[in-house]
Amino acid sequence: MSLDRRQFLRWGAAAAAGAALAPGIRLIELAQARSPQEAASALQRWGLLIDITKCTDCDVCVTACHEENGVTGHGRPETDAQWIRKVHLRDKRTGYAQTLPFMCQHCEHPPCVDVCPTGASFKRDDGIVLVDKHTCIGCRYCVMACPYGARSFIHETVSGQKADAPRGKGTVESCTLCVHRVDRGETPACVQACNRDGGKAMVFGDLNDRDSAIHKRLRTEPSSQVRPDLALNTGVRYQGL
Amino acid sequence: MARTHYSEIEGRSPGFYALLSGLGALILAGLGAAWYMEHNGHYVTGMSNRIVWGVPHVFAVFLIVAASGVLNVASIASVFGRDLYKPLARLSGLLALTLLAGGLAVLVLDLGRPERMIVAMTHYNFKSIFAWNIFLYTGFYAVVALYLWTMFERRMNDYSKPAGLFAFVWRLVLTTGTGSIFGFLVAREPYNSALLAPLFIVMSFSYGLAIFVLVLMAACRWSGRALGDVVLNRLRNLLGVFVATVLYFVAVYHLTNLYIARQHEVERFMLWDGGIYPALFWIGQVLIGGILPLALLFGIASRRATAGAAACVIAGGLAQVYVLIIGGQAYPQLMFPEKEVSSSFFDGVVAAYAPSLPEVALSAGGVALALALTAVALKVLPFLPRSLADGDVGSAAA
Amino acid sequence: MMRIAAGIIAAVLAVAGFADAGEKRAHRVAMPVVKIEKGETCVAPTEEMRRDHMTMLLHQRDRTLRQGLRDSRFSLKNCVDCHARRDTGSVLGKDGFCASCHSYASVSMDCFECHTPVRQSRAASASR
Repeated sequence: MSLDRRQFLRWGAAAAAGAALAPGIRLIELAQARSPQEAASALQRWGLLIDITKCTDCDVCVTACHEENGVTGHGRPETDAQWIRKVHLRDKRTGYAQTLPFMCQHCEHPPCVDVCPTGASFKRDDGIVLVDKHTCIGCRYCVMACPYGARSFIHETVSGQKADAPRGKGTVESCTLCVHRVDRGETPACVQACNRDGGKAMVFGDLNDRDSAIHKRLRTEPSSQVRPDLALNTGVRYQGL
Repeated sequence: MARTHYSEIEGRSPGFYALLSGLGALILAGLGAAWYMEHNGHYVTGMSNRIVWGVPHVFAVFLIVAASGVLNVASIASVFGRDLYKPLARLSGLLALTLLAGGLAVLVLDLGRPERMIVAMTHYNFKSIFAWNIFLYTGFYAVVALYLWTMFERRMNDYSKPAGLFAFVWRLVLTTGTGSIFGFLVAREPYNSALLAPLFIVMSFSYGLAIFVLVLMAACRWSGRALGDVVLNRLRNLLGVFVATVLYFVAVYHLTNLYIARQHEVERFMLWDGGIYPALFWIGQVLIGGILPLALLFGIASRRATAGAAACVIAGGLAQVYVLIIGGQAYPQLMFPEKEVSSSFFDGVVAAYAPSLPEVALSAGGVALALALTAVALKVLPFLPRSLADGDVGSAAA
Repeated sequence: MMRIAAGIIAAVLAVAGFADAGEKRAHRVAMPVVKIEKGETCVAPTEEMRRDHMTMLLHQRDRTLRQGLRDSRFSLKNCVDCHARRDTGSVLGKDGFCASCHSYASVSMDCFECHTPVRQSRAASASR
């Protein structure tokens, strides 16, 4: 069958347009929860909104996170891992005091991902920043590179891990946004604990979904990032900072 | 000009064996420390979640930077055509390889998962300057080995100039990469500066040449070879110039920071009230590593002064790298400007760090490895010229 | 010199045989104990699992971690859940399903540095 050039170009353009459109056809499906057989998609971006005016001395988020992920202490605060912590602020000039939960900010342009020599520190398509401990060599360059001090290096042998949160000596870890729960359609443990037992300060959701609670709040109320000057476009936003 | 004759050192004296035994003991201690750290986990060291890079990294970076700098002597001979340095080129290439081996050994053995070195060499994230460095370091071996071959193999001597040029460019890229490991980081106030890469280049010139001078003097003295004043004076002056250049770059770095209001807190910490870090900076880096060597090199014309100056440069260099790496981590990260910060994760406070025995042993093992490899290589292959006496190196005043 | 070396090698080989005194022997090493306590079949035929389980694990871990594809049949959690010993609840230890073959074949496995080798009890997994 002979094909002249114009026909070929038309068919090629049609094929290319079809290929470009095809992923978009899934837009409607993804408004609902993702099934385990589907890959994480860039059409979603998971984020957290924390209203720290509702944050008091409570630390149920910290306890819940460490319980959920099996992060145990060894009585050595300098080397014990912390996936989330309460940070206490006091304005140097006015003396105004605040407290906030602080964890991996799940940046859109994570410095930790840029610097990892093996690519173990990576950002999943839906925005969650993770450490692939199969390839982590424990060089700690990502710990140096994180502007938020979010990463911990595991300094001792670990046993009794939770099945959904593997962690081991010699690798680096940080808040996973409870990716195992998110993939099941649930919220991270800190958010659940805060809404159940805490100040109800945390909202979790898909930043790309115009109908989600978090998107509506961010659209209608003021919020800020930590260190916005770094232009990392964090997935965790704060109100009241 | 007469041909230079090279020969191996005899390497059969009690002194030589004593040297190798001593270095061997240090290497074993280093290996034992590495096993201890890997088996128990890093909590047995002084490193923590705030100070993740400690004394091993100080020594590793120092050795790697010095390794690229020590190749300078050979580069001056091959690339810039200075005949006086030609007899020194082989030793220069050898030290480049052995110092790099020592530095990399410390770096790899300190990894949380050193058994995953193969993973590191097969999985590359090319956006990471660290990944580039792994590639550059391993490539450096091949490049310098090739360069040495062109020097050893008479039929390849004509190619030593292009090989030398290639090695010269490679090591400039490598040192720029090493400096950029810190320079590319936005996370810490003392880093995040384009000045760090060229600073590392001049640091490499200075430390590399200091080590070269000491090794040359020791090797000639202990193997009974003549080392004339012509060669030594040239090296002495060159070292002085390099030391002055480092001081210049450090001055520019700090003066720039002092001018910027946002950097005032960091500068006050580094230069005035940071405890050990200003002490190491002023006394270690500036006084012992800068002013004293300059006085010795340009003021007193004796061998002992030259050796003493070189030793001071090395000590000052270690202090400089310590302040950079550990001081840079100890200073709290700026996450909430204009706020006092505190938390259970030591935010907002200067992090404490004390070197531990395993770290020091590992570092000493790395240094000993570099020196032991050098000593063995000198015995196995003719790296040293038979004589560097004034009459033998020619009157080339180039 | 050569005679001394040959003598040493011969002596070592002679003693090596007595090194590992286990009950079941096949050429001096205790055979692995493979006890299937749960289920009729694995997620793939036995021969395929024996030959390819390492490749399957390497492939599946990237699919799960990097792409978020969590087919529970192929998850490590599921393997452990099925293969863990009824009494110890673990795939490691003496006669543990994974440990038994791996120590026989002298192939080190890295998995359980980070992953728990212990079966998650029904009560614990139901309480989420």
